[in-house]
Amino acid sequence: MTNRYTPAAISLHWIIALLIFAAFPLGIYMHELPLSPTKLKLYSYHKWIGVTVFMFAVLRLYWRATHVPPALPDKMPGWEKFAAHATHFALYALIFIIPISGWLMSSAKGFQTVWFGVLPLPDLLDKDKELGDLLLQVHKLLNFAMAGLLLGHVGAALKHHFIERDDILARMLPFLRREP
Amino acid sequence: MRSLCLLALMFVFPAAQAAEFAVLRPQQSSLVFVSRQMGVEVDGEFKRFKAVIAVDPAKPENGKARIDIDIASIDVGGTEAYDEVTGKSWFDTASYPVASFVSGKVTRIAPGRYEVAGKMTIRNVTREITAPFTLQQKADVLVIDGVFPLKRLEYGIGSGIWRDTDTVADEVQVRFHLTVAAK
Repeated sequence: MTNRYTPAAISLHWIIALLIFAAFPLGIYMHELPLSPTKLKLYSYHKWIGVTVFMFAVLRLYWRATHVPPALPDKMPGWEKFAAHATHFALYALIFIIPISGWLMSSAKGFQTVWFGVLPLPDLLDKDKELGDLLLQVHKLLNFAMAGLLLGHVGAALKHHFIERDDILARMLPFLRREP
Repeated sequence: MRSLCLLALMFVFPAAQAAEFAVLRPQQSSLVFVSRQMGVEVDGEFKRFKAVIAVDPAKPENGKARIDIDIASIDVGGTEAYDEVTGKSWFDTASYPVASFVSGKVTRIAPGRYEVAGKMTIRNVTREITAPFTLQQKADVLVIDGVFPLKRLEYGIGSGIWRDTDTVADEVQVRFHLTVAAK
């Protein structure tokens, strides 16, 4: 079995990571702004990024369904393997659910999502202020859950690289690969 | 009192004397607008407006209407947006609480389809507008439906940073649905 991710898998991982690192702080920042044209623009950009994450997530799930990812090192204790798999599973779920929750929130708040101002996404919900406020809380909660998981995900990758000194991080970031 | 009002109406609209005076049914009427924000259509609505309408379905060309809109009844889907649009840079409801439309010439453009010209006043700015509309008689009511474009900047709606039409388009579609009962 190969010990490497394909270039496609590596690209998808990092594209989604970068988009999340842009959309997450943008979401927190724009929310606090007073209403202005800038705020409206940032909301649109945030939504476009979210839809894009969803699109890449679909591609990523397709990759995952058609490939066997490299296995975790044998020397990892069972609970660590379990924690790794559970975190990966949750992150996969969140890159689908978070954009969907944002899309539904937009619908409920009466602002349709139009990807890059060109491709309109259907409004699955009717305008409903209370539902919109509820979905805002859901969207926020899911994002903070993801932020927590990401801390664990990044922390674990760094621990593997610098403490265990295995190739877990390098197989997703090939330039870090140590020559044997 | 009611007959006094009627008399007053006849005085205001002498040409409509032969017409059937009609009373607006607010519950079955609406005044909706669609703006474009970042290229996306966003609905809003004025919840309260008064209309004095005199239309004879047999002769709509002689019809008259005056609509007074309570701007503070605007619904843009949220308190933050409400505070913004009722504020100084938008409608400035403190200075201009009412917008109005006064009809002028009505022309027939096709069976059941008409066009009304008139004066629209918002923020003390008056512009000539024309709006196509349809007329449908249903049992004891007359239903008037129409839509017309309005350029917000002509009326000074959205000044300062909000003049940027890339974010909020200049053109706003206004849709009226008026149900009027025969007197």
